[in-house]
Amino acid sequence: MPDTTPGSLRTLLRELPGVDEVGVHRRTADLATRSVKTTAKRAAIDLAIRMVDLTTLEGADTPGKVSALAGKAMRPDPADPTAPSVAALCVYPDMVPVAARALAGSGVELASVATGFPAGRTSLEVKLADTGAAVAAGATEIDMVIDRGAFLSGDYRKVFDEITAVKETCGQARLKVILETGELATYDNVRRASWLSLHAGADFIKTSTGKTAPAATLPVTLVMLEAVRDYHLATGRRAGVKPAGGIRTTKDAMRYLVMVKEVAGDGWLDPAWFRLGASTLLNDLLMQRAKLTTGHYAGPDYYTID
Amino acid sequence: MTDKTDPLRVAVRRTYKLYLGGAFPRSESGRSYPVTSAKGLHLANAALASRKDVRDAVVAARKAFPGWSGRTAYNRGQILYRIAEMMEGRRAQFAEESAAAEGVSRARAEALVSAAIDRWVYYAGWADKIGQVLGGANQVSGPFFNHSEPEPTGVVGILAPADSPLLGLVSVLAPVITAGNTAVLVASEHHPLSAVTLAEALATSDLPPGVVNILTGRLSELAPPLAGHADVNALDLTGAGDHAPALEEAAATTLKRVLRPGPDDWTDADPGVSRIRRFLEIKTVWHPVGS
Repeated sequence: MPDTTPGSLRTLLRELPGVDEVGVHRRTADLATRSVKTTAKRAAIDLAIRMVDLTTLEGADTPGKVSALAGKAMRPDPADPTAPSVAALCVYPDMVPVAARALAGSGVELASVATGFPAGRTSLEVKLADTGAAVAAGATEIDMVIDRGAFLSGDYRKVFDEITAVKETCGQARLKVILETGELATYDNVRRASWLSLHAGADFIKTSTGKTAPAATLPVTLVMLEAVRDYHLATGRRAGVKPAGGIRTTKDAMRYLVMVKEVAGDGWLDPAWFRLGASTLLNDLLMQRAKLTTGHYAGPDYYTID
Repeated sequence: MTDKTDPLRVAVRRTYKLYLGGAFPRSESGRSYPVTSAKGLHLANAALASRKDVRDAVVAARKAFPGWSGRTAYNRGQILYRIAEMMEGRRAQFAEESAAAEGVSRARAEALVSAAIDRWVYYAGWADKIGQVLGGANQVSGPFFNHSEPEPTGVVGILAPADSPLLGLVSVLAPVITAGNTAVLVASEHHPLSAVTLAEALATSDLPPGVVNILTGRLSELAPPLAGHADVNALDLTGAGDHAPALEEAAATTLKRVLRPGPDDWTDADPGVSRIRRFLEIKTVWHPVGS
């Protein structure tokens, strides 16, 4: 158990080695050239589908849309029952009761964003109440946002305490901590925020809310995968990674899977330890899957829009 | 290789590439193939597109469809006319390429280029008139205002004629995009160079990226994925040759409109609306009127 007194938390994060930015980009570009074909591609597509956190986080979300998306999460391709279910459905807290009813007994996890998503600019009491309500309504996973303002101003203690408090409120629900890497400015900060979240008890570290650009990128995910790998080596506790936002094509998803295997290892090639936060990605995965089955390219007209 | 007029200058030779989404990429596969003149002389290397290029082209065409079909017909007509203007500026280049590819005299090649340019003007004129000709108010026995109007089918795959690489190509491409469709065109396998030159004219004609995508390569490799692609709404088999029956069969699995190859006379200066009509859907609206 790491010493979490104020001074040592700061020291711990400050002493993390800096990220070699050029090296990260080089390695990312290198891994992205790998070609996955035929049976391996088929297996990778199915794995990627099983890793999708099917997400709808819009102000315009309605109970009807959430129910429809729940149906899609459970059975992504109505025309092909061999297509696996996705990992989870990710919604706003007020949609959790609707989603919980729709997903009951299906084995698909129900994730809810909480803690004043996406900006996180509310008091701790509100954040905890937000989390508690989502868990009580049936959320099995909570996606929280960190206080980027506190993190960037060096108040690591505040960020740490918030995560531990939310983690406590989560109870049995798994906690994903959103770093919003697009606002952290440097890879060094991403590495520090990753370690901070992991020490505070995060079950998953997630790149982005999807509400700011840039969202998930391969280099950022690489830095985070290194963090969970090294944290696992140091403490024996395994945590997952979830890139979210901007992953739209099967080719993108394949690149992430290759990176997971090469950077973190086979142990992370599992929906329990790696997720893809996405909405449009699923249709592309299904179309590529249909291409392998039918031999001709599929069209978006044959799949639901939401 | 040196310049003919100045032996000391190194010649700047053109790379013939694909036209995808408004850009000129090489084939995704990195391949190319030699193109020879009618007399068997090597002219240039053209990109040898792969089925992944077909897929990318369809994605580009689909993306361009809402914007292109949503423009006013008048504006589409203006842009088609602009294509004619751009071709006019490159007449010498087109004529030289046509003469080499088809083995015809320079005068004959000039005539073919003129006909191709005029073909754009012809279809440019149709752009905002086709609705009146094919649509209109219908007489019905009831208190309804009933009218029909043609709408573009969507993404159209075109196999351009093998023997008429410029005039034939323009004659099949122009009617498709006039009405608001977007196109993925496979150029003549043995004479693809004028298609690439045309693409360079298209790229400077205010034609939005992706409305026309031009692939060069083997018909036997590119046509089947195009015919089977579920996101292609119609198929023009004019240049399909012996492949036509199999392609028509593949197209049927995804319910495409198909234009079968027929006897075509590309020199007819007034080809009519039949090629435009083939890639339109007629929408009829019933609207109740008070009595």
